[in-house]
Amino acid sequence: MTTHYLVLSALLFGIGAVGVLIRRNAIVVFMCVELMLNACNLAFVTFSRQVGNLEGQIIAFFVMVVAAAEVVVGLAIIVTIFRTRRSASVDDANLLKY
Amino acid sequence: MNSIPAPTIEYGTLAPLLVVFGAAIIGVLVEAFAPRYLRKAIHVPLTLLSLIGAFALVLVQVLRGDVPTSAVAMGAVAVDGPALFIWGVILILSFVCVLLINDEGHFVASAAAVPGSADEEEAEAAGAGGHTEVYPLVLFAVGGMLLFPAAHDLLTMFVGLEVMSLPLYLLCGLARRRRLLSQEASMKYFLLGAFSSAFFLYGTAMVYGFAGTVSLPGINAALAKSTALDPILMLGLALLGVGLMFKVGAAPFQAWKPDVYQGAPTPITALMASGTLVAAVGAVLRVLWVGLGNLDWNWRPVIWGVAALTMIVGSILAITQTDIKRMLAYSSIAHAGFLLVGVMATFGTAAQNAVSLKAILFYLAVYGITTVGVFAVVTLVRDPGGEAWHLSRWAGLGKRSPVLAGTFAFFLLAFAGIPLTSGFFGKYAIFAAALDSGTQAGDSMGGWMAGLVVLGVVASAIAAFFYVRVIVLMFFSEPAADGPAIAVPSMGTVAVIAVSLLVTVGVGLYPESVLGIANDAARSLFIR
Repeated sequence: MTTHYLVLSALLFGIGAVGVLIRRNAIVVFMCVELMLNACNLAFVTFSRQVGNLEGQIIAFFVMVVAAAEVVVGLAIIVTIFRTRRSASVDDANLLKY
Repeated sequence: MNSIPAPTIEYGTLAPLLVVFGAAIIGVLVEAFAPRYLRKAIHVPLTLLSLIGAFALVLVQVLRGDVPTSAVAMGAVAVDGPALFIWGVILILSFVCVLLINDEGHFVASAAAVPGSADEEEAEAAGAGGHTEVYPLVLFAVGGMLLFPAAHDLLTMFVGLEVMSLPLYLLCGLARRRRLLSQEASMKYFLLGAFSSAFFLYGTAMVYGFAGTVSLPGINAALAKSTALDPILMLGLALLGVGLMFKVGAAPFQAWKPDVYQGAPTPITALMASGTLVAAVGAVLRVLWVGLGNLDWNWRPVIWGVAALTMIVGSILAITQTDIKRMLAYSSIAHAGFLLVGVMATFGTAAQNAVSLKAILFYLAVYGITTVGVFAVVTLVRDPGGEAWHLSRWAGLGKRSPVLAGTFAFFLLAFAGIPLTSGFFGKYAIFAAALDSGTQAGDSMGGWMAGLVVLGVVASAIAAFFYVRVIVLMFFSEPAADGPAIAVPSMGTVAVIAVSLLVTVGVGLYPESVLGIANDAARSLFIR
């Protein structure tokens, strides 16, 4: 019964992970990370239903709060680097290597 | 209608955590309400006193001997012997790092100002008190470092991990010199860190689906009951491992470390290289022992491979580096590998486990303090544009400033594990514990562990090569005519270097002092 939701969550997580690896814009990369976190939430809530306790649903709330905190930090960093370089592309930030 | 039972919270046991977080919150209020010229004068004593206070509270718990035998805060946090030891080490290391952070000139006056713009000049001109947001951020990061290795369920561990990481992402971007590198380090660390914590979280979700709980002993109990290996569980453990190994900086998840260590302000690099590593290794140990103790035959080969790869990758890539901080970052990766050898050795009887755990705790303490000393020296060798980052600039430093170069050389020898330094006993304890556990297991394990130790010794030899190369460069080549200036160290920096040097020498001569404490801490093992 809950398998569909788990498959959906795995798909969302996969799309997010692939997006992080192939997209170039830091904002889009970051949105893909958020997608992965939401996939986690879906998995938690589904498993909560499956195993029959509320822990998973409570964890989903914690994850939302953490994701919000991450947005604050992440956007601050990306905006700063955009103002400096006039570009949010992760390929342009290439001074540190090897 | 059901009523919700009120949770019981053991405030006394959790006091060190609460003091650090409380001080961090007060720091945010200071940042919001205190006038600019007063802020630093409030922040410095607040930060230092809270760290001392938290350390004193840890000490009180240890001396009173009432180390709890079950997890506190409704099973969320385990304050056991190893956790108290790790807390003590992290608090000492962060105290020392805050002394480095106090120095003028490491942090940008206004992080939001575009480099080279009029805004930035204005912020620079406004002078002291510009970068005081560093203090509450550091305190939050330290609070997360304390929570991370003491978490008794995966949710608390995730929250601890984020509370530790989020301030560090920001702190990385606050270097005053070489702003572009610093911002780039910050973005890379953030994107990769967020990516890896999403893996950790999805792993947690899978493990929850298998066990029906995220508490570590609950997971272990579920593992004991199941006979066949559930694919969901395997997937969950793999993803969990990715998240944890990323924080330790183990290969193949080590790519962020050199970039971030190079770009971040040096005092923050010191904090990450010491405190974060201690916290992350503590968390790895707790997950593997408490949560996955019944599955050790499955994670052992993985940790074997990761430890071997990490040691080799760290030591070999360090050879080719030309940037001093980058080289130290690769050295830190190699040391993470040596620590994983110790983690690998943690199986068998309780007495055997205590020996391995003692070795890891000892290594963490002595490695951490030497690391802070090394980065403190790096802050002092300066070019007109900031720190002298290129290794060629360090040529002949021994002739210009024998004391500083000698200190640095001694720290490097301790990293290499030369006898009479603390690093020697750290490596010896880890390798001896690994060999012992292998022979005691008796079966093919003995050969595997011996192989890993041989790899470890080879990696140490490779690492010794590049440490000695820097020493040769400092003492046996002619100084450049326009060589770097040695900054006049502040009281804080002198104290940091002196303390690290004393510990590195002292523990090298009398290892029993710290080994005894580590032994007491490890004897009770983790709360299961």
